[in-house]
Amino acid sequence: MKFIIAVILTALLGYAAPLYFAWWSFAITSFIVAITVHQNPVKAFLAGFIGLSLLWGFHAGIIDNANDHILSQKVAYILPLNGSSISLIWITAITGGLVSGFAALTGSFAKDYTRSKFQAENVTQ
Amino acid sequence: MRLVLFILSAVITICLIISLNSQLPTGGSKTPRLGYFLSPQKGFWQNAEPVNANLNEDLKLDDLQGNAEVYFDTRLVPHVYSDNEHDAFFIQGYLHAKFRLWQMDFQTYAAGGRLSEIMGDSANGTNFLNIDKFFRRLGMVYGAENSLKTMDADPETKAACDAYTAGVNAYINSLNESTYPFEYKLLNYKPEKWTNLKSALFLKYMSFDLAGFEEDFERTNAKSIFTKEQYAALFPYGQDSLDPIDPKGTVFAKAGINITPPVNTDSIYFSYKKPVAPVTPPVKPEKENGSNNWAVAGTKTKSGRPILCNDPHLSLYLPSLWYEIQISAPGINAYGASFPGAPSVIIGFNNDCAWGFTNAERDVRDYYEVKFRDSTMQEYWYNGRWRRTVFRNEIIKIKGKTSDTERIAMTVWGPVMYDKNYPDKLHTNKAYACRWKAHDASNELRTFYKLNRAKNYNDYLDAISTYQCPGQNMLFASKAGDIALKQQGQFPAKWRGQGDFIMPGDDTTYAWRGFIPDSANLIMHNPERGFVSSANQMPYDTTYPYYLGGTYPVYRGYFINKRLSATQHISIEDMEKLQTSNHNIFAEMARPVLLNYIDETSFNSDEKKYLDIFKKWKLNNDPGEIGPTIFKLWWDSLMTVTYGDEFSQSTLPLPWPEASTLLDGIKKDSAYQFADDINTTDKETIGTDVMVAYKQAVAVLQKLDSAKKTEWARYKESGVRHLLRIPALSRLNLISGGDDNCVNAYTKFHGPSWRMVVELTDDINAYGIYPGGQNGNPGSKYYDTFINNWLVGKYYKLLFANKNQIQKQTDLKGKITFRRS
Repeated sequence: MKFIIAVILTALLGYAAPLYFAWWSFAITSFIVAITVHQNPVKAFLAGFIGLSLLWGFHAGIIDNANDHILSQKVAYILPLNGSSISLIWITAITGGLVSGFAALTGSFAKDYTRSKFQAENVTQ
Repeated sequence: MRLVLFILSAVITICLIISLNSQLPTGGSKTPRLGYFLSPQKGFWQNAEPVNANLNEDLKLDDLQGNAEVYFDTRLVPHVYSDNEHDAFFIQGYLHAKFRLWQMDFQTYAAGGRLSEIMGDSANGTNFLNIDKFFRRLGMVYGAENSLKTMDADPETKAACDAYTAGVNAYINSLNESTYPFEYKLLNYKPEKWTNLKSALFLKYMSFDLAGFEEDFERTNAKSIFTKEQYAALFPYGQDSLDPIDPKGTVFAKAGINITPPVNTDSIYFSYKKPVAPVTPPVKPEKENGSNNWAVAGTKTKSGRPILCNDPHLSLYLPSLWYEIQISAPGINAYGASFPGAPSVIIGFNNDCAWGFTNAERDVRDYYEVKFRDSTMQEYWYNGRWRRTVFRNEIIKIKGKTSDTERIAMTVWGPVMYDKNYPDKLHTNKAYACRWKAHDASNELRTFYKLNRAKNYNDYLDAISTYQCPGQNMLFASKAGDIALKQQGQFPAKWRGQGDFIMPGDDTTYAWRGFIPDSANLIMHNPERGFVSSANQMPYDTTYPYYLGGTYPVYRGYFINKRLSATQHISIEDMEKLQTSNHNIFAEMARPVLLNYIDETSFNSDEKKYLDIFKKWKLNNDPGEIGPTIFKLWWDSLMTVTYGDEFSQSTLPLPWPEASTLLDGIKKDSAYQFADDINTTDKETIGTDVMVAYKQAVAVLQKLDSAKKTEWARYKESGVRHLLRIPALSRLNLISGGDDNCVNAYTKFHGPSWRMVVELTDDINAYGIYPGGQNGNPGSKYYDTFINNWLVGKYYKLLFANKNQIQKQTDLKGKITFRRS
């Protein structure tokens, strides 16, 4: 359940933040999500990755469909992906996912670290 | 341990973001900022327009003076209905930007020598810094600044430009990083505010393209290896098959200006043995930039009304140079092709008349050798004394590097284009200044502004009277029944041979002797033969008192005149057929000459096979024919076999003779003087050359055959390239006919950029097409929509409608209302 909540929050906030800030601002929201919905590092990375991959992948896919793949085919020759729209959507999804995943991983470690520090302080008291 | 993991993953995340937010080097160029570029909210995906989108919009903008509506027809051509003229131009600027912003911006970067700013000093093997230096030193910005002053001095032009610029900027202001046109995202830069200077620069670019062809350095080099007689035979003045625009037999008044050559020309100018180190400019306008236009009088047409036709030939690019538009406001209702980058319709028609252009091809750019006192270039020798140089500093910004400053010496002639600083290939310490008509202040936009409003022949004359450069054959036809053609422009009054070579710049002796008086420029008004026409051939025969300079294609004009003379009861379809004709009149003249010299007795089966195809060829350069490929290879090979030996005497650039020179030469004289290979002891004749050339051609044909590329279209491999020459954004390997000597002058990347046929009936009956699409966005389905129809010679009926009529159209793609906020 926690995992699904993290994925959904990552996607929602990952969409909202770039409306006002730079394209990479979702990294900060993914980081915050991983802190607030704390999970082990593997799960945090996956939630961050999947949340944004789904967002970027679906967003690109919807646009591409409405465009009859006109632009994606051209870009997929420039990049070069041999003109494959699907490959380009995958690359888009993975690119966003990686940034988000690592940001979430960082969030998870950050929470672990602060928590351990907090516990350590409690012990000494 | 936890701290280490946290720091490690934070570093990875940050590095990932930084690298995805930077342009990474790849091969010879750089990637876009990939994170931004791929972001569906910000990057290129935002440029992928839904195919079924409509354009409906209500805009409220500060700079408008009234209300206006724009309706987009089914081909996305906007029909602008404005209650005042200012808003009409404002909206034209807005629409040009909305559909073509990147292109118009990029073209002015190129014209102003600023490509390094966006491309870096070099990318993918192209040296952009060198190209920028070329345009700066040629004086493009200098010329545009001069012209802008004249444009500003004319209240109507200034008002039109100001409104246009405001419209472009209103659109630019509405953009953000998500909505920037695709190419900005690809190259990672931002749109820049439009200015009237940018419009002036764009027009100077057209001057460069159309009035910038010269071979002064090449010809100067040719002078060093050929005798006077050889030179005259290789580069003759006039051609045997010439049918000039102003028909032969016209009697010209004597020159009103003294054009006696300077007394010392024989010793210092027409000296055929003094080598000069020439330079190779990095950019050269296409030699074949040409066009056709003609108008037939009502006496020759089915409807009894004039028909006007025009197809300007230019390098074909995506997004297209042209943008179709109808502009309707008080005092104006014009339809036609406009230039993204400038107000008004350029080639088109209105309620009363139609107009079109072909290039005059006159040589209006010459070079003068300048002697500087010393290497500081502070003073140069002129009219018997040292004269102070004025310097013009042109700063070229370079992406990712420090700026480069071109310190250009300005002389009485113009900018010193070549000196020890540019380019390195110049082996001498000599400096050459450029005198170019396009440097002069002139207001070409006034002509289009007035033509859009012209009602009759006199309005046409008034509209074109101030036009200076690039010189054009300006065609006119009206509902009242007038047809007319005037070669309009300011052309230097030259003596025979002036400006063919680099001239001495010590004093005024070799300066242009002013300009040819307007009364001596050709004008034809309702001639008896019932048509006027031009196809870049020489405007006059060689009895014209002033020297024309330049090179002129001869065959298209000959063919068009022949056809128009022979045809009566002309319909729109006849004109469309002529405009898209692939008939190769040059081949028609050359084939019997080639066949006359061929000896088949020793031919092998392939040699027989191709000759047979060639003999049976119907002389049309149709896409599926093999005949045109054989002819092209054979003729090109014959040119090389004939002239190659003479021309290999110099490793430096030389001008190449025209095809007509060889044909005229061998038709006149079977002992053609260049037939002999000067590197052999044998005495070759034209017969030997024709045979050698044929065998060379067959060897190529055999290779082409195994690659299935002998058919004309497969051999020609035509295309329409994106301005950045990125294959994925271009249309390549198109199946097309034509060639430079056909009316359909479509070569590899160059051809009819806008075909228009207008019948001046009460309700104007007009047809047109250009090889592109109305929307310059590669992510739009309208990006290249016209190309397939253009290839097969189809036309669109042009919708010239008033507001009531347009509102009744059922297939509109949208409506934008413009209101003052």
